[in-house]
Amino acid sequence: MREIALGQYYPTGSVIHRLDPRVKLVGTLVYLVSLFLVKNPLGYLFAGLFLMTVIRISRIPLKYMLKGLKGIIILLMITVVFNMFFTPGNVLFQVGFIKITDAGLKVAILMAVRLVLLIVGASLMTLATTPNALTDGMEKLMNPLKAIKVPVHEIAMMMSIALRFIPILMEETDKIMKAQTARGADLESGNIIQRAKAMVPILVPLFVSAFRRANDLATAMESRCYSGGEGRTKMKPLIYGKIDRIAYLILVLYLAAGIAIGRLPIHFWIF
Amino acid sequence: MSLEVRNLNYVYGLGTPMEKKALTDISFSIPKGQFLGIIGHTGSGKSTLIQHLNGLIRATSGEIIYDGRNIYEKDYPMKELRQKVGLVFQYPEYQLFEETVMKDVCFGPLNQGLSKEECEKRAAEALLMTGISEKYWKKSPFELSGGQKRRVAIAGVLAMQPDYLILDEPTAGLDPRGRDDILGQIRELHEKSGLGVVLVSHSMDDIAEYVERVIVIDSGKLRQDGTPREVFRHYKELEEYGLSAPQITYIMHSLRDKGIMVDTEITRVDEACEEILRVLGRKE
Amino acid sequence: MEMIKTSSLTYEYPVRDEEGEIKGTFRAIDGVEINAKTGDFIAILGHNGSGKSTLAKHLNALLLPTEGTVTVNGIDTRDGKRIWDIRQSAGMVFQNPDNQIIASVVEEDVAFGPENIGIPTEKIWERVDEGLDAVGMQEYRTASPNHLSGGQKQRVAIAGVVAIHPKCIIMDESTAMLDPLGRQEVLNTVRRLNREENMTVIWITHYMEEVTDADCIFVMNEGKVVMQGTPREVFSRAEELEKLKLDVPQVTRLADRLRKKGLDIPKGILHMEELTEAICRLK
Repeated sequence: MREIALGQYYPTGSVIHRLDPRVKLVGTLVYLVSLFLVKNPLGYLFAGLFLMTVIRISRIPLKYMLKGLKGIIILLMITVVFNMFFTPGNVLFQVGFIKITDAGLKVAILMAVRLVLLIVGASLMTLATTPNALTDGMEKLMNPLKAIKVPVHEIAMMMSIALRFIPILMEETDKIMKAQTARGADLESGNIIQRAKAMVPILVPLFVSAFRRANDLATAMESRCYSGGEGRTKMKPLIYGKIDRIAYLILVLYLAAGIAIGRLPIHFWIF
Repeated sequence: MSLEVRNLNYVYGLGTPMEKKALTDISFSIPKGQFLGIIGHTGSGKSTLIQHLNGLIRATSGEIIYDGRNIYEKDYPMKELRQKVGLVFQYPEYQLFEETVMKDVCFGPLNQGLSKEECEKRAAEALLMTGISEKYWKKSPFELSGGQKRRVAIAGVLAMQPDYLILDEPTAGLDPRGRDDILGQIRELHEKSGLGVVLVSHSMDDIAEYVERVIVIDSGKLRQDGTPREVFRHYKELEEYGLSAPQITYIMHSLRDKGIMVDTEITRVDEACEEILRVLGRKE
Repeated sequence: MEMIKTSSLTYEYPVRDEEGEIKGTFRAIDGVEINAKTGDFIAILGHNGSGKSTLAKHLNALLLPTEGTVTVNGIDTRDGKRIWDIRQSAGMVFQNPDNQIIASVVEEDVAFGPENIGIPTEKIWERVDEGLDAVGMQEYRTASPNHLSGGQKQRVAIAGVVAIHPKCIIMDESTAMLDPLGRQEVLNTVRRLNREENMTVIWITHYMEEVTDADCIFVMNEGKVVMQGTPREVFSRAEELEKLKLDVPQVTRLADRLRKKGLDIPKGILHMEELTEAICRLK
């Protein structure tokens, strides 16, 4: 139970893992932007190759990555198929009443490629960065927002506490469900209303427990001298190193090359 | 009637990289009306084991026979089993959810499909058995003290009128009086109504005081099975499993080492007192 | 030196009826006088609801007295400006191991306190090392707290306290949710801090066996200190303790029984060796 929740971090100690989380966050963003600026198949090929290279450097087995994405990919395929069948255009093939048009196929393929690259790219970031480093990175990146009174530190603190408590609360839910089942509660049959009602004996104790934990935690934090972000230092402050600067440079070059290649007037079949 | 475990194996996370053998070839039987203790250090598999007894976890292989029927048979009435084999989890007060104590205790019997009157009758009996007097019944369970909440939660299982009551560390976190009260009430129930009790405990003193028979679980295996005297005789072995013997047992051994020839298998204060008097020749 | 001192400490809070109207006050602490010198191991016993945890929260200014005073390391807890000095002088470990660990990595949790008080980064690493060494958890420094046992989690919490360099540690029923091995592990850790670092310890519990070596025991009931003395003095009053919903260690209980049967065994026996010796003398 504990392992599935966001425990996605896959440590290999690679360069990618050692990068500053800000680089990885910005990098993911840059990659996303590049995918939407690309116009031709060569551009996608280039984006794909770039991602494959980064994955190789990260030493995370591709198989492991894809296994975790199974659910999302199935969902994605369904959207793609819908797009393919319901976009009007010149009919390419027809089987019975199902028509596949050139425009439909094009939209579907582009969408699939774009989304797969995007999801794989984003999951690479979460696999190669600890949740804590991610929140740290976001806090630092969002720092300028402090000027307009966005409680950046508090948001980051909330996120990291949530990350710590998700597995604990999941385990607790499991235990409460078992305990109520032991008292004859039926969680699996009945119509929607009956099922929703059956959740009450689980949700009430869960809320009570979450409040109790929140209260305990607040007391513990206070007794450990916590008084908000003001005047706090960090054990692991984020400082850019040489590899981070190199990574930024690579990102800039990638974006430039990607746009250049992706916007060449090359046409191929229906694209 | 009995509750019998035959060659039980349980593999956690079967077919995943986290696959781990949690229970290995466990067999034992609990005759109705027995007061059984289960000991084992945290992570030994004892909590997993007791969740098999009412079908909350399904064994990877092996059988559990309740009242002559294998509970893994097709169409076995699981709900009925859970009513007959009541399980009280650790910190059971964390499952309370109803507006009043009475309603909460009625939850189990209501799930059995009994009439409201019958449920309340059973709930009232169960509450009195655990020492919660009528003045609390209309209160919110969240207003009660820790020890009272715990007893309400136990009443919630007793109200289903089980044949067996399994308790996972029912005294955890309670003060000495709270511990004595709960265990005393359970002993009384056992003696009066012939309820079979399975007590999972970390307190060897409590095990020595209350149970008729102990089984020892370590690394998912059943290591020992016998009366407290028999099991605590092997206290050196228990220490290897991260357990110990009751304090009295250690005192008896220490006396014998000093040449006072007491029976070292004694585990309880009252027995120890008599034995020392006997050996010193002071028995009246 | 006086580390902790309370004088006629009283704490009341309003009791509300079902509509939320104040219908009276509840006196959770009533005229408590305790004091602890630097290096003392002080135990506070009491049944659930006797007021011992409320008292503990006063010792690091999580609660402020309604009447009377609490001074920690010479600082009055009502002095709002010095609240952080107080919390740095007296660290606290709570009951539920899960609800006091903030970070998802052991070493980062130990760093939480030092980060809060603005210690420079290099010094934080030193303090984290110190903390982890003090509780013997170095090898788990990069582990997730979710993979630790209860006793180990409590040791991490203690490391977090050690890292803020306090003079006193308050253990508020920190062993109540642990198994016997975990309890022993935590007790040994704190005893060592007490012996070797001369750290003042306030140990709150209802396990009698844990406090047989304390310098002084305070027993609480209904918000008052009703007994106080060395373990030998307190545990020789078994009947009174029982009335307070407490008990005595098994050894003491056996010794008392034997004495009642007419054996010449001294009062207040706490350890197995003492009892064995006493019986051997009768042979």
